[in-house]
Amino acid sequence: MSLRIYAICYLIFLYAPIVLLPLFAFNDATVIAFPLSGFTTDWFAELATNKSLHAAVKNSLFIAFTSALTSTLLGICAARAGAMHRFPLKAGIMGFIMLPLVLPEIIVAVSLLVVVVQIFDWGLSNWTIIAAHVLICTPFCIAILNGAFQNLDPSMEEAAMDLGESRFAAFRLVTLPLVMPGIISSMLIAFTISLDEFIIAFFLSGASPTMPVYIWGLLRFPASLPVVMALGTILVTLSIILLTIAELLRRRGMARAGVKDKGGFL
Amino acid sequence: MWQKLTSTESGRGLLMVGPPFLYALILMAFPLIAIFLFSFWTQDFMNLDMTFTLNNYREIIEKPIYGALLQRSLMVSGAVTVVTVLLAFPVAYFISFHVRPDRKSLWLFLITIPFWTSYLIRVFLWKVILGYNGVINTGLLNIGLIDEPLTFILYNVNAVIITLAHAFAPFAILPIFVALEKIDRSLLEASQDLGESKFMTFIRITLPLAMPGVVGAVLIVFIPTIGDYVTPELMGGAGGKLIANMIQTQFLALNNAPLGAALAIVAMLCVTAISLVFVLLNRRWLKGRS
Repeated sequence: MSLRIYAICYLIFLYAPIVLLPLFAFNDATVIAFPLSGFTTDWFAELATNKSLHAAVKNSLFIAFTSALTSTLLGICAARAGAMHRFPLKAGIMGFIMLPLVLPEIIVAVSLLVVVVQIFDWGLSNWTIIAAHVLICTPFCIAILNGAFQNLDPSMEEAAMDLGESRFAAFRLVTLPLVMPGIISSMLIAFTISLDEFIIAFFLSGASPTMPVYIWGLLRFPASLPVVMALGTILVTLSIILLTIAELLRRRGMARAGVKDKGGFL
Repeated sequence: MWQKLTSTESGRGLLMVGPPFLYALILMAFPLIAIFLFSFWTQDFMNLDMTFTLNNYREIIEKPIYGALLQRSLMVSGAVTVVTVLLAFPVAYFISFHVRPDRKSLWLFLITIPFWTSYLIRVFLWKVILGYNGVINTGLLNIGLIDEPLTFILYNVNAVIITLAHAFAPFAILPIFVALEKIDRSLLEASQDLGESKFMTFIRITLPLAMPGVVGAVLIVFIPTIGDYVTPELMGGAGGKLIANMIQTQFLALNNAPLGAALAIVAMLCVTAISLVFVLLNRRWLKGRS
């Protein structure tokens, strides 16, 4: 019983900052502090007219979509190899691919910065951010897709091949539909990570900032803080919706593959 | 060659794992090697001098600011790790042992949601909670527990630790939960049948078996926290800056990439060394018990 109370307190601790967001987003005052003064939707209206914010959002959406697609494709390869094949040095190779999960983001950022700018002199663009985001998203995609691939029976694909399908057609017709929910769930998670990532984007963004980089700029000006709160409210709502869809799909994928759900994304 | 790869089981496996492996090799391993080489070079305004030198490392050792920052960063990462793992363990234990199986994934989902939502804004909101006119101070003033706002909770190392502990919470809960889930429940019954109390069963059975998860949690919190510069920048004030802030300054503001690279390498080496010692000590402790 006392454990349950502790766990609920812990949840409150986790949600405390997020709960404050809408309070200040609708608050009729320019300072972010209590007591609240009155209700307004002005801050949201301001979001709608801000041109440079729109550009940053567009940038971020492009980066997040491309990163999600690429890292999920790489994730499918790795998860399938990990679950359905045996090959030499398997544990080492899989561990190496998962390494970005524990690598500090600043290390990823500065090492790519050095390579791109100092060694190749290519200049920074959205593509440098995408390259780094794919690297850090892939381990998460693999973790999610593992759940979908793990208990898949390899004999189903073999049966399709025995019946005359090519190897690729067997994958497309048999395995792909079974792991589809996992794939979409993995894309949604990678999309969310990339959309929200700041540390790497700050180092690697070129002339056009991503949304988190733009928000970072706003945080320095007290006058723009209520607008940031409004933007944050929209972002949090959006990511909760995306994550809920991802979770529902992940569960359906587990059910399709006939695995008992052991919980969580990781 | 191609024929050989596609015709054998292990060949097909290697072909499959090839693309993600090559991606990690090109975008992680090579850049890491590059930054390592870079730390032995020097930068003079716009020109890069590629002669081998240990000057960057010498500067890090000789100027006390770098040592102090590194020490503070390791202390903060260590404190964050201890706080996060200690707070997370009971939650993971509760979900694994006391929640109905069909409700477990709901709990895990609820715990992971805040982790995926706008990191920058979350850090900033801790400023709103801990600040001079913040939630805690107004609350405590209103119920009359304090007469003046508390000032020791923002713009110092404590604020950095609280915020980071919040940010890394799910990272600590999930590995511990997975380890606890794997424990064969009949072992616990056996221990109690043989006369151990509930508490001793926990100490002698549950805790050692949960240790791999705890180690995983420690590593996955300790290593990445060293690279965070957002939280110290926003929450740390003048006295709460960490090594990552210095790396960022060297790269972006001072345009001294080689020194920044050397700092990054030193920070990585320290973190890796501490992690290895921790893993080895833990392994010896577990071995000593069996």
